Amino acid sequence: MAGRNLRITLGPVPYLWDGEAWRDFYFRIADCAWIDAVTLGEVVCSKRLHFTQPFIDAVANRLADAGKEVALASMAMVTLEREAMLTRKLVEASPWPVEANDLSALGLLSGRPHLIGPFVNVYNGATARMLASRGATRICLGPELPLASVTEIIGAASGADFEVFAFGRLPLAISARCAHARAKGNSKDNCQFVCQDDPDGLAVDTLDGQSFLTLNGVQTMSHTCQVLLAELPALQQAGVSHIRLSPQHCDMADVAEVFAAVRDGRIDAAEGEARLRAIYPDVPFSNGFHHGTTGAAWIPAATEQVPA
Amino acid sequence: MELICPAGTPAAYREAVDAGADAVYCGFRDETNARNFPGLNFTREELAASIAYGKARNVQTYVALNTFMRAGAERLWYKAADDAVLLGADALIVADLALMAYISETHPRQRLHVSVQASASNADAINFLVQTFGAKRLVLPRVLTVADIAALAPKVACELEVFAFGGLCVMAEGRCSLSSYATGLSPNMQGVCSPASHVRYREDGEEMVSELGGYTINRFGADEPAGYPTLCKGRFHIADDGGYAFEDPVSLDVMEHLDALRAAGVTALKIEGRQRGKAYVAEVVSRLRQALAATPEQRPALLAHLRRLSEGQRTTAGAYEKKWR
Amino acid sequence: MILPKAISQPINRLPLPVIQRGTKLVFNQMLRQHPTLFDRLGDHATKSFRFTPADLNLSFLIVPARRSITVSRKSARMPADASAGGPLLTLLALLEGRIDGDAMFFARSLSISGDMEAMLALRNALDDSGFDLPRDLGKAAGPFAPLVTRLAEMVRQRALVGLV
Repeated sequence: MAGRNLRITLGPVPYLWDGEAWRDFYFRIADCAWIDAVTLGEVVCSKRLHFTQPFIDAVANRLADAGKEVALASMAMVTLEREAMLTRKLVEASPWPVEANDLSALGLLSGRPHLIGPFVNVYNGATARMLASRGATRICLGPELPLASVTEIIGAASGADFEVFAFGRLPLAISARCAHARAKGNSKDNCQFVCQDDPDGLAVDTLDGQSFLTLNGVQTMSHTCQVLLAELPALQQAGVSHIRLSPQHCDMADVAEVFAAVRDGRIDAAEGEARLRAIYPDVPFSNGFHHGTTGAAWIPAATEQVPA
Repeated sequence: MELICPAGTPAAYREAVDAGADAVYCGFRDETNARNFPGLNFTREELAASIAYGKARNVQTYVALNTFMRAGAERLWYKAADDAVLLGADALIVADLALMAYISETHPRQRLHVSVQASASNADAINFLVQTFGAKRLVLPRVLTVADIAALAPKVACELEVFAFGGLCVMAEGRCSLSSYATGLSPNMQGVCSPASHVRYREDGEEMVSELGGYTINRFGADEPAGYPTLCKGRFHIADDGGYAFEDPVSLDVMEHLDALRAAGVTALKIEGRQRGKAYVAEVVSRLRQALAATPEQRPALLAHLRRLSEGQRTTAGAYEKKWR
Repeated sequence: MILPKAISQPINRLPLPVIQRGTKLVFNQMLRQHPTLFDRLGDHATKSFRFTPADLNLSFLIVPARRSITVSRKSARMPADASAGGPLLTLLALLEGRIDGDAMFFARSLSISGDMEAMLALRNALDDSGFDLPRDLGKAAGPFAPLVTRLAEMVRQRALVGLV
């Protein structure tokens, strides 16, 4: 069955989880045979770092011992001197490969092997080629890109692997202002870590009751959960080598198993979707970006071609 | 400090020059710039004539090529850069790394400005762009306080330009897919945010409802000041509370911090608003030009009137003040 | 600013065919003098735009590509791709690019509905066209010349202080 070459990666937990819960989540991931690589670390908000910092070495070692490729992610937005220092320290001292998520990490990593995360804007093959020549070995493309762009980029750039965001709420925006804290009557500087109360984000609905967005600290995510299952053959055909699952507050080992089962042809995409709906209920799926339309849209898999 | 002014049409360009701009920025009529709106922007001929009008009055022209090159269609952006250079643009404002590389290699003497859309928000990021592409100036994202900017300026090897007045992006620029999530069209790719093609206004009793891509963005009472139907300035329900989740309909005004920005070493102040009419451009440019020469005590009176032209008829200093976060 | 009754009432009392003839004259003259309008309008030139002055019992339907303008009473509610409504002086000031449409919308002096892309294209096309009612029309406005001149003066007085 085609598709075996697609490797499954797990992106960083976007939400603020209790430190021990975060550790235990990864320990379970270490035992999940379907996940090939894991990128760890706090990407969204530097104020959260102390929650996971005490556990990160143990988690990284456990994952590596289980045979996973481990990488550490840099933060998506670096504005304060403290954040700039942390990024520099990560680049200088990380025992694991670093995934760059902003231009400062990208610059500092130049000339050594590293990964590119979805928060660095790679919209064309020329950019991907340049990043590869500077040491990028794997590039996770931003979720906004349609398949047409993914195909063009991979076709134009050699020397790096390409990863596509295949499961999870979409990271849509990041701000200096914390809407999550604001929603609970706090400011960012005195946020009291209220985002920890919402381990799967805080729902934002329209005034007419339409489910729309999800707050995650300073990050705004989609309400929908991106699911690219029926699209796996097309992604592989385009040259994608890795698919990224972004942790939600559900059993991600089970999610990985579903993706592996569809990839390996043990179940079809429809059954995979049905199983995902049971694992991660109450959240509508979307795949619109991949199909070049509104990100929130769900385009059902094309019905089987009926021979003429 | 230089005053950098927007122009969506040749008429607005002339108004900006006549009202006291040091430089005017504009874009071509296509997706190579982030104000790719119907009926807006410049043909090659219009840009040539405008540049000539500016040069004759000692005013510079910057050409915004500040979207990300669509994979497979890079020629459109390269050609736009070639043409802008040929037509005599004083600077190109660029966001895409590969387009910066192209310009620095193909037109090494062309002055390169890094767009706000590149999202370089710290010294390491900025110096990376300066060293790699020879960027001469960087437009800072609206995520830093005035104090942050003052701390940053001595550490970077290029000029800094900051947004001083006009539309306010609540989200970090160049990293926002809210528009395409609802409409399929984004600032980074198509050069539009909350595009008119997907906007609908309807009356519901006394209220005016604005919708984007079928999502309700706001409901305005009978005489309530309105704003653009952008997602980040909509009213939403969070838990059971209705309100502005991210920001009110409001525009940016940091003229109160003019002296601090000057002391911080900021080279240029930018006015947002290529999508606005020439009357707005003339009014804002002339008021800000006067404010630059005025004493701090005189400034509020000069600027108060501008609030009436602003989104929601209100202004904020946004991220430039720490309390905004 | 709402038109004084001394101006609006006589206009409202005119028979429709008279208004139709007058506006058509003015409209054609202006299109002749500003051909670049169509360049910025592009495909939107084939769409229909309805303008309804809040202070007159009239509605104007324009299809630029057909160079057609149709006047009706408000109650006729002619269907259109895009519509705008507001005080006549505001609409005229927008036509001349003397005020900013976005600011008028924020202030709720202008209401818009329908095809926003078309409306935006028209706004931008007008803004760049340099319409100038008294200059463009000269004597072409015929019997309406004094009225056009008076309205244009009012637009200028009000626009200067940002109050249209």
